[in-house]
Amino acid sequence: MNGRWSGFNIVSVVVGFTFLYLPIVLLVIYSFNASRLVTVWGGFSTQWYGEMLRNEALLAAASVTFRVALVSATAATVLGTLAAVALTRFMRFRGRLLFSGMVFAPLVMPEVITGLSLLLLFIAIDLDRTIVTVMLAHTTFSMCFVAVVVQSRLVTFDRSLEEAAQDLGCPPLKAFLTVTLPVIAPAVIAGWMLAFTLSLDDLVIASFTSGSGATTLPMRIYSQVRLGVTPEINAVCTVLIALVTTGVVAASILNKRSMVRRERAERMAFDER
Amino acid sequence: MKSLGNIRRSFSPWSDPDARPMIAIRNVTKRFGEFTAVDDLSVDIHAREFFALLGASGCGKSTLLRMLAGFEAPNSGTIVLDGVDLAGIPPHRRPLNMMFQSYALFPHMSVADNVAFGLKQEKMAKGAIAERVGQMLKLVKLDRFAGRKPHQLSGGQRQRVALARALAKQPKVLLLDEPLGALDKKLREETQFELTDLQYDLGLTFVVVTHDQEEAMTMADRIAVMDAGRICQVATPAEVYEAPNSKFVADFIGSINLFDGEVASSQANRTVIAGPDGSVVAEDPIERSPGTSLCFAVRPEKIAVSHEPPAEGTNGIAGEVWDLAYLGDMTIFHVKLASGTVIKASMVNAARSSREVFTYHDRVWLSFSPDAGVVLER
Repeated sequence: MNGRWSGFNIVSVVVGFTFLYLPIVLLVIYSFNASRLVTVWGGFSTQWYGEMLRNEALLAAASVTFRVALVSATAATVLGTLAAVALTRFMRFRGRLLFSGMVFAPLVMPEVITGLSLLLLFIAIDLDRTIVTVMLAHTTFSMCFVAVVVQSRLVTFDRSLEEAAQDLGCPPLKAFLTVTLPVIAPAVIAGWMLAFTLSLDDLVIASFTSGSGATTLPMRIYSQVRLGVTPEINAVCTVLIALVTTGVVAASILNKRSMVRRERAERMAFDER
Repeated sequence: MKSLGNIRRSFSPWSDPDARPMIAIRNVTKRFGEFTAVDDLSVDIHAREFFALLGASGCGKSTLLRMLAGFEAPNSGTIVLDGVDLAGIPPHRRPLNMMFQSYALFPHMSVADNVAFGLKQEKMAKGAIAERVGQMLKLVKLDRFAGRKPHQLSGGQRQRVALARALAKQPKVLLLDEPLGALDKKLREETQFELTDLQYDLGLTFVVVTHDQEEAMTMADRIAVMDAGRICQVATPAEVYEAPNSKFVADFIGSINLFDGEVASSQANRTVIAGPDGSVVAEDPIERSPGTSLCFAVRPEKIAVSHEPPAEGTNGIAGEVWDLAYLGDMTIFHVKLASGTVIKASMVNAARSSREVFTYHDRVWLSFSPDAGVVLER
């Protein structure tokens, strides 16, 4: 491939990135607008961030969102890791294809359908819709993302490490916890971060599965925007963008770093042989 | 019977019928689906023995080792270790340890923690663990590297860590899966002798799996040559080399020449085999019925090449020099016989200059004594 920058390449990159990020950049800029009118620039100000912190409904929604994200990301990480282990370890069991398909289907399932089906389930088992149902729903849809991330790491994991631990007198479960888990930890943490950010910005599934007193931040923002965009909302969104970006970037750096380190160690070992 | 090879063995519990084996493997079969990896295999391994399972990949040697370690369960048959049937005992409760082919060092632990891992599982006292780890690292000459992580070590050093870790629990039996497979040739040769010294000094039983016949010959007290899930021959390296019991074993260990033919006469320790390139007289303890198809298997270094026919009482077969290779320490001849068979002969270059000089297409005589080889069935 030719690595040089041609005019065509530059134009397409600029157009692409403008298309992706112009709306977000605008939102961030207007969050610092002194004017109450969203589309008129009235000078730089951070007053809307102050307003935001005094808006109790927003803060309550933020607290709900963070609690949901924390609990569901943790639960999804446990379940997703277990699913990944089962899928990589037991290469041939009856219904493996069905199982792996079912684990990964939610990745492509329209959120409306996931939300609706969960809602139907909660109604059917007569579970009141509260913050708990949102947590359950988020766990369900984010665990498959965790499974994908962890499985990609487990595929390259040398199984004899765990066998060596057992050979040295370690029972199987303890061998998994003391040897396998620390080695695949970067992927598990990356999976947790991914699940956390997914939960943080989910609107559709939360709308279907939450009840009174369990309004998440995206739901609150959405309902406020229907009454008109305020600079205060811009400020909230800017904070959210910062959080999500940090999460995603941190997760990918973690994964990348551990991969680079592993490759370097392997190369070094090869050179020294 | 004359003794084979030039090494006298003071250690040979396998020839004592009253000796109780350390490991008794009886009629063990292991199948993976349709594939039979280990097929009705029985063998005894004695205490303090260095036992090698030798075979090509897929012959079932690794499966047998994994069954000893407990990672695979036999479909039928029993494995008894020191009087205890191992069936149903999980790997972490078996009194033997394994050194893995990939070494399987824990990447997130230091060298010392790797070696201490097995001892910690035993709930040994901290001070005792530290002492034992120190001993083990000293034993493998890695005491200066205790704080390093595995990826900061060279391949040879990692191999030593793996060895120290497996030895730390002082197992009854140490299983080694291709222990030198990942090392380069020079390091491998050094390590072979270190391993045998270590095994002798510690008085341990070693079971090693290898596909490298030279490795098995150098290190082992006895070699089990395996093929298709079965053991073809269990014997000392000299016996396996000088008296292989089948064409497969003869061919697998070193190189061999086969003089095919039919029995012309057989009596009093002498079998005459008539083949397309003439008759061959072979020393043979078994009386054969005339007409049986047999072959006389002779190693290349047992065959001499000369321009003159050999004296009476020595087998002599005429041929033409087809290929020559001067290797310095020895010269290898490929001699084509009248029937088209190519025979390999190697002659040690003991002197710097030779009276007899050979070149391509020379008419030569191959000579070998009747006791230079073994008679094998075809």
